[in-house]
Amino acid sequence: MVLHLPPTQPSHLVEVLRTRTSLPTREPDDKEPIVPGTLYVAPPNYHLLVERGRSFALSVDRPELFSRPSIDVLFESAADAFGPHVAGVLLSGANEDGARGLGHIAAAGGLTIVESPTTAAVPTMPAAALRRVAVDHAVPAAVIGTLLARLAAPTRSGEAT
Amino acid sequence: MTTSPDPELTALLDAVYHRYHYDFRGYAEASLRRRIGAALTHLRCPTVNDLRERVLAEPRGFSELLRFLTVQVSDLFRDPSYYRSLRERIVPYLRTYPSLKVWVAGCATGEEAYSLAIVFAEEGLLDRTLIYATDIHPESLRAAEAGVYDLERFARFSDSYRQAGGRGSLSDFYTAQYASAILDRRLKQAILFSDHSLATDVAFAEVELVSCRNVLIYFDRPLQDRAIGVLRDSVRRKGFLGLGAKETLRFSAHAEAFTELVPEDRIYQRR
Repeated sequence: MVLHLPPTQPSHLVEVLRTRTSLPTREPDDKEPIVPGTLYVAPPNYHLLVERGRSFALSVDRPELFSRPSIDVLFESAADAFGPHVAGVLLSGANEDGARGLGHIAAAGGLTIVESPTTAAVPTMPAAALRRVAVDHAVPAAVIGTLLARLAAPTRSGEAT
Repeated sequence: MTTSPDPELTALLDAVYHRYHYDFRGYAEASLRRRIGAALTHLRCPTVNDLRERVLAEPRGFSELLRFLTVQVSDLFRDPSYYRSLRERIVPYLRTYPSLKVWVAGCATGEEAYSLAIVFAEEGLLDRTLIYATDIHPESLRAAEAGVYDLERFARFSDSYRQAGGRGSLSDFYTAQYASAILDRRLKQAILFSDHSLATDVAFAEVELVSCRNVLIYFDRPLQDRAIGVLRDSVRRKGFLGLGAKETLRFSAHAEAFTELVPEDRIYQRR
């Protein structure tokens, strides 16, 4: 998970999320192996990348679209590493970060979801993605959780999808 | 999922190593790909193979590529709590030595070396300290040695300096001239800038403190082990190693050589 935050202060996002989810939640260290069922949050002032060997990497390369962490950097590296096995979700936001990355995920055969600009607190980010990418789902934020749960659930034989 | 290195990328890195003796073959792939991608755009090369041919044909093309592969931007007092911990937890040990050597490995354009020099100056240790600051990129070393930065960055640097426990004002350590800030000569006099590669060189001195921050994140695991081995060989017994805020020895072959002294700021002590 990437959230644009000011670079100079520690983030409390992990603590906030921990009160809302039973999933283990943390900022990964460099080279930390990716463990299923864990929520990882990009640390402030670093780009978070996914390596092909199923681990995270971090970088302090220049901000992209004024953002570090950058959503594009995460999405593009995840698409490179996992190809069609990636789902990218883009929520409300005030710049166009994420649109290019979501395009990479789509091109690699992954699943793309954006929050409907009409319900987003700030529509710029999902609107930019919709202009650029033929996304699989554009739905209100409240629906995204249910949608992901349904898509992640193992499909039972005979059930239509 | 197995790692399958891209053959064009491998060929480029092999060519760079054999022709120019810069070794990027053990760099972590995800960041490396982004950097190569940016170089392709900038140098108007359609493919990695074109870039390889260009770099082999023109040394100038190589120095441009080198800039994409190496340049990091840091700040004075990036991660203030690191410097605060050095001041509060490490300086008391360092005071007990009659003379001090410090190594800033991967100093880029010098911000970290100067931040340490400022802490040492305020703690009254700079007169007996020699700081080695090394990097593989000649242009960065020249910029580091000059110690001139954009003045507009100093509002933020001053905030970080205060959060890091600065005793005075950051302006005690630089002179503003037009849009630039020039760091003080007494800081520069304590720092020796030179070329060193954690990928190909070995330890060159025994020091009381090594600070190597946000450098290892660009290396893959085997190269990290090599580099951490060099750092280990450089720190005297009971000396200190500081890493970046998200770097850890946890996954390293050399974890046993150190104890975690200030875990939250990634400061380790050599056993």
